[in-house]
Amino acid sequence: MEKSLMKGNEAIAEAAILAGCRHFFGYPITPQNELAAYMSRRMPQVEGTFLQAESEIAAINMVIGAAAAGKRAMTSSSSPGVALKSEGLSYLAGCDLPAVIVNVQRGGPGLGTIQPSQADYFMAVKGGGHGDFYKVVLAPSNIQEMVDCTYTAFDIADRYRVTVMILADGILGQMMEPVSLTKPEQKPLPAKDWAVTGKAGRNRNIVNSLYLSPEILEQQNIIRFKKYDEIKKNETRAELYKTDDAEICVVAYGAAARISKNAVDAAREKGIRAGLIRPITLWPFPNKEIFDLADKVKAFTVVEMSMGQMIQDVELAVKFKKPVNLCSRTGGMVPAPEQILESIERSI
Amino acid sequence: MGCIRIILGHYGSGKTQIAVNLSLELAKTNKKVILADLDIVNPYFRTSDSAELLETHGIRLIASDFGGNNLDLPSIPPAVQSAFDDPEAVTVMDVGGDDRGALALGRYADKLGDADILMVINRFRPQTATVEGTLEIMREIEAAAHVKIHGFINNSNLGAETTANDVISSVKYAKSVSEASGLPLVMHTVCDRLYNEVNGKVESLFRLEIFSKKAWRI
Repeated sequence: MEKSLMKGNEAIAEAAILAGCRHFFGYPITPQNELAAYMSRRMPQVEGTFLQAESEIAAINMVIGAAAAGKRAMTSSSSPGVALKSEGLSYLAGCDLPAVIVNVQRGGPGLGTIQPSQADYFMAVKGGGHGDFYKVVLAPSNIQEMVDCTYTAFDIADRYRVTVMILADGILGQMMEPVSLTKPEQKPLPAKDWAVTGKAGRNRNIVNSLYLSPEILEQQNIIRFKKYDEIKKNETRAELYKTDDAEICVVAYGAAARISKNAVDAAREKGIRAGLIRPITLWPFPNKEIFDLADKVKAFTVVEMSMGQMIQDVELAVKFKKPVNLCSRTGGMVPAPEQILESIERSI
Repeated sequence: MGCIRIILGHYGSGKTQIAVNLSLELAKTNKKVILADLDIVNPYFRTSDSAELLETHGIRLIASDFGGNNLDLPSIPPAVQSAFDDPEAVTVMDVGGDDRGALALGRYADKLGDADILMVINRFRPQTATVEGTLEIMREIEAAAHVKIHGFINNSNLGAETTANDVISSVKYAKSVSEASGLPLVMHTVCDRLYNEVNGKVESLFRLEIFSKKAWRI
């Protein structure tokens, strides 16, 4: 297939359509607008449904409806809009429904800025809704990966009946790169025999998150967490870049990882053996991969476009075996490769 | 009213890069060049990124500075009016993408006179990959801005991965767009890196220097 020049936002949208998503519900917010705008043009062409909801909350509840009916459904937003969807994310988990949500992060807190940020790590990985549940969080780092992550997101969602979040940022949403939309071969997925599609010829299906009996709810949660153990075992992903002989290991994801790669190369030119581990799944977090590196390197430098959120997971993974330093920019500011290089040099 | 060129098109087609390069080219032979930024829809890649460069070439940049260069509030600077009032000015207007971006140009539709209105096209962008798709976007822009487009700038490229062959083979697409619309093909662009390879093989070639270099480029 010939390559196209696409913005990250468009790439996710087109990949979702190619993945069979025919139900998109959204509400405008910068810097993710191109995603919804693209869907508004494309969905009618593929006989799908694009709906601009009256709010972010309405949009995520429409996703719940479509997902309960067994359809591949998606919504997208940016930081404050994703926060509004938290309730729906929790209900999706409580109902064990597969769905995909995209967060093209911008600076916060509050209305913040429309410039890129990674300050929603906690919201994506730790919270983003009440109750005992997790979302799978994928963090692409280039536009091709935005496409590939979207295919993966729908498959993981359907395989485990979970919500998958694609955690991007304004840089990845807005920047353009050539992409190939070729879809990998589809592995067989479990039938959606739980979906509410009309009970003709079978017993009725119920999609529900209300369990007034604590004994039953406890069991539901325990069963769900067994599923999470499976996900941790099968779906944890990370990229290792020049870590084989590294003395300093940078940990960064998404757009920060792109810049960090340049800094790692610059450090190598100066004779510093730097490497990079880039979590591609932020939940499940690549704990083992980072822990294994802790025996080899002198220190870790975590690069984040936030005041330092993922660093807590890196520290947990390293188990205090080695120092973990932070290189951070926040509020929509983007670290320069020079700043990261300086941080690498300081870590030695 | 001076001489005005208006650059519009599908978003991500390369309008801003072309507007900046065109202004620099015009500044070689004209004393009073204005680059007016009418883009109220693109939050990230703006003419303001090239403000210093434009200033060193004596080009006056008229861009919204409302809360910095990127506040999430669409506003057009009142100074744009001066491009219409100054008979000596040579102006390039960088319009926002698609019909949504072109809406801002509509505010000046009755003042445009014989301004040259050019649409940037790129066959590697999915929505303008075909003649049909390109003309659909063209009609939407024309309707939103209340203007008629006069010609096309073929800016077909795949970003950093563009090859000389991509540029050369895109001429056929651009000519088809031109024929189907009955509008002239004003020029083809090529980035600096590929200029020597493409020069002589494509007529009306315009050399583009890529100025916007961001930290996340790899």
